[in-house]
Amino acid sequence: MDVVDRFLENAPSDRLEFLRARFDAGLAWVHFPVGLGGLGAPREMQQEVERALAHTPQLDTGVQAIGLGMAAPTILAFGTEEQKKRFLRPLWTGEEIWCQLFSEPGAGSDLATLATRAVRDGDEWVVDGQKVWTSGAHHARWAILVARTDPDLPKHRGLTYFICDMHAPGVDVRPLRQITGEAEFNEVFLTGVRLSDDLRLGEVGDGWRVAQTTLMNERVAIGGAPVRRGGGMIGLVADAWRERPELRTHDLYQRLLALWVEAEVTRLSGVRLREQLAAGQPGPEGSGMKLSFAKLNQALTGFEVEFNRDLGYDDWAFRRSDSVDFLGRGPGYRYLRAKGNSIEGGTSEILRNIIAERVLGLPSEPRVDKDVPWKDLPR
Amino acid sequence: MTLLYTDVEDELRAAVRDLLADRCPPAAVLARVEDEPHDLDLWKTLARDIGVAGLLIPEEYGGAGASAREAAVVLEELGRAVTPVPFFTSSVLATHALLQAGAGELLRGVAEGDLTVALVVPFSVSPYREVGGAVTVTDGRLTGVVSAVAGADVADVLLVPVDGTLHAVPAAEATVEVTPSLDLTRPIATVTFADSVAEPLGAVDVGRTLRFGAGLLASEQLGVAEWCLETTLAYVKERYQFARPVGSFQAIKHRLADLWLDVVRARAAARAATDGTALAAAVAQAWNAGVAVHVAEEAVQLHGGIGMTWEHPLHLFLKRAKSTELALGTPGDHRDALAELADLPGPVRAEPDRPELNRAGLS
Ligand SMILES: Cc1cc2nc3c(=O)[nH]c(=O)nc-3n(C[C@H](O)[C@H](O)[C@H](O)COP(=O)(O)OP(=O)(O)OC[C@H]3O[C@@H](n4cnc5c(N)ncnc54)[C@H](O)[C@@H]3O)c2cc1C
Repeated sequence: MDVVDRFLENAPSDRLEFLRARFDAGLAWVHFPVGLGGLGAPREMQQEVERALAHTPQLDTGVQAIGLGMAAPTILAFGTEEQKKRFLRPLWTGEEIWCQLFSEPGAGSDLATLATRAVRDGDEWVVDGQKVWTSGAHHARWAILVARTDPDLPKHRGLTYFICDMHAPGVDVRPLRQITGEAEFNEVFLTGVRLSDDLRLGEVGDGWRVAQTTLMNERVAIGGAPVRRGGGMIGLVADAWRERPELRTHDLYQRLLALWVEAEVTRLSGVRLREQLAAGQPGPEGSGMKLSFAKLNQALTGFEVEFNRDLGYDDWAFRRSDSVDFLGRGPGYRYLRAKGNSIEGGTSEILRNIIAERVLGLPSEPRVDKDVPWKDLPR
Repeated sequence: MTLLYTDVEDELRAAVRDLLADRCPPAAVLARVEDEPHDLDLWKTLARDIGVAGLLIPEEYGGAGASAREAAVVLEELGRAVTPVPFFTSSVLATHALLQAGAGELLRGVAEGDLTVALVVPFSVSPYREVGGAVTVTDGRLTGVVSAVAGADVADVLLVPVDGTLHAVPAAEATVEVTPSLDLTRPIATVTFADSVAEPLGAVDVGRTLRFGAGLLASEQLGVAEWCLETTLAYVKERYQFARPVGSFQAIKHRLADLWLDVVRARAAARAATDGTALAAAVAQAWNAGVAVHVAEEAVQLHGGIGMTWEHPLHLFLKRAKSTELALGTPGDHRDALAELADLPGPVRAEPDRPELNRAGLS
């Protein structure tokens, strides 16, 4: 690959400088425009670039997941030129970490009922409300935020999408301990947080549409990552199986073989989806990837614990984790963390609704909240 | 290799689908299924006019020199219509054996659509076991009985593997007796050779042919599953109960979403299996066979009473799905094969007797 070769000739050796230079060379996301980390090239080319740069400094996809998977495509689709210039580079290099301020105590699956208010005050917006389950808020520099700007409209129409400055006065991040013992996510209290209007993404009142772009990308980001055949979680399980012949049983064997097949067909449909996506934004089909990934990951991690016959757990210590380290910890952790896969980024039930209605065209259930102003909805 | 469909494949699909929509709607298949299931007129048109008979045959023998990918697309369409024609048995399975044996003349006949051939093995044979023993050769003549052979009833030439050699027997030299089969649209027959004149064609590794066939059969299973899913979707949208379309109930929607996901994965598996590797074929069979059955069973359930009637063509698809689950190896056979292909060794065998237990008086 010529571009990669040319870039590597003069590439700096310092990790951060290297990543900055890689962005500037258009090798961050090749399908992004020139000047914004891309070359305006077809998406397929990214794989080749990744292969060619496999032995160079890499991104930390754990901590950077929300920035890379959700914020970036949304900023690209809805941001102004200034916003794109300001945010994309440090997002990609990992100099600025992102989190997602969507869910609230009263609005999870029904995200559009959220109550966090943003009120306009001249060139600024004043934000008040509470978010919850915010992964990585404790090390985030920026957040994507959906807030209600017009409570008199039906729920989907009164929302606006912002970039929230996590260092602004009034942002209070508190750890929320989770099922695994650690605190990977948080509660975030927003009290009189002032955001300038140039941190708004998309039009006032258009927040739901902007959020859809984020959500569809999120579903592909969770579970859509490329793995090699027999790699990822099934690889881990299969390796344990190969290494511990004394633990193998006939019952588990039949399940392992079936899971191996399921992992492989799931991987193949991911490859196929990415080929389809090469042309544009993910559609509702991406929900299928997340749904199958969640189910499979849960089956595999449950299998692993059972196979190991180990009643222990590696570490219950309450601590702030930097990222979800699925493979770095023990089977017990993996089993528990995988339970989140069918909840985070849209529960499996919601994803089935999306597939049924938007992919298969089945009629929606009777809606009681359609034309009711948000402020009159039962909550 | 891409897992998507190429333009050429899409064109071929459109040609086959158009013809089938015209000549082979489910009602037509249903109407003939008890008397004369195979539609040989349709087969002629498909074989000659669209040229599917010689898809896998190289151009030097008058074929199209196409790859397994194109044959797979044809199989999807034939599955979607449970088309009663011997494409799979003659142009895929038996043709693969002929190609191995280097039987140029017969291949030419097949490519032109004049000759239909059948591989004489039980259709439920596992590609991972030794086949044979049922037929013996003495002085160039065959003797023996093979049951549950698919495509034999309409074959002009029967291809019989005996001890690694493929033999050709003109249909008239054998007794072919159709027996009732679960799959009404792909009849099976008992083939009896009694001192039948046979011509040895060349060496054949039947296991290879069966594995190749199994890989492609996954595309037919995909087609069956797709039809069942689409038909069920259409039905639950138009069928009202409790003053709502049945398809607006979440319990139904979620089941259909799950079926869709199974089919999406079956499509990827079927596409991957056209690469001809044993592993991809085993994966596709282990997955698609079950998916076709599951989708067909769910389709019957979600059609309610209508789904149980002879009048509705759904049963033809269920029967095809359940039979192909056994054809060329069950999902379990293919999963077993994966043990080796994917390096997943089985449990260590338990000791036949366990003296330490006996000593402890626990036996
Ligand atoms: C590990 C983890 C990390 C997360 N990180 C973030 C983050 O960074 N940022 C963020 O904004 N959010 C985050 N979330 C929140 C997540 O998006 C929500 O938890 C999720 O959308 C579900 O909302 P809820 O928890 O309110 O559950 P609820 O919506 O209350 O759902 C409860 C149950 O009801 C079911 N249900 C709800 N509605 C329906 C329906 N219409 N039909 C059928 N069943 C239904 C659900 O499927 C679920 O089983 C995270 C969650 C987890 C677990």
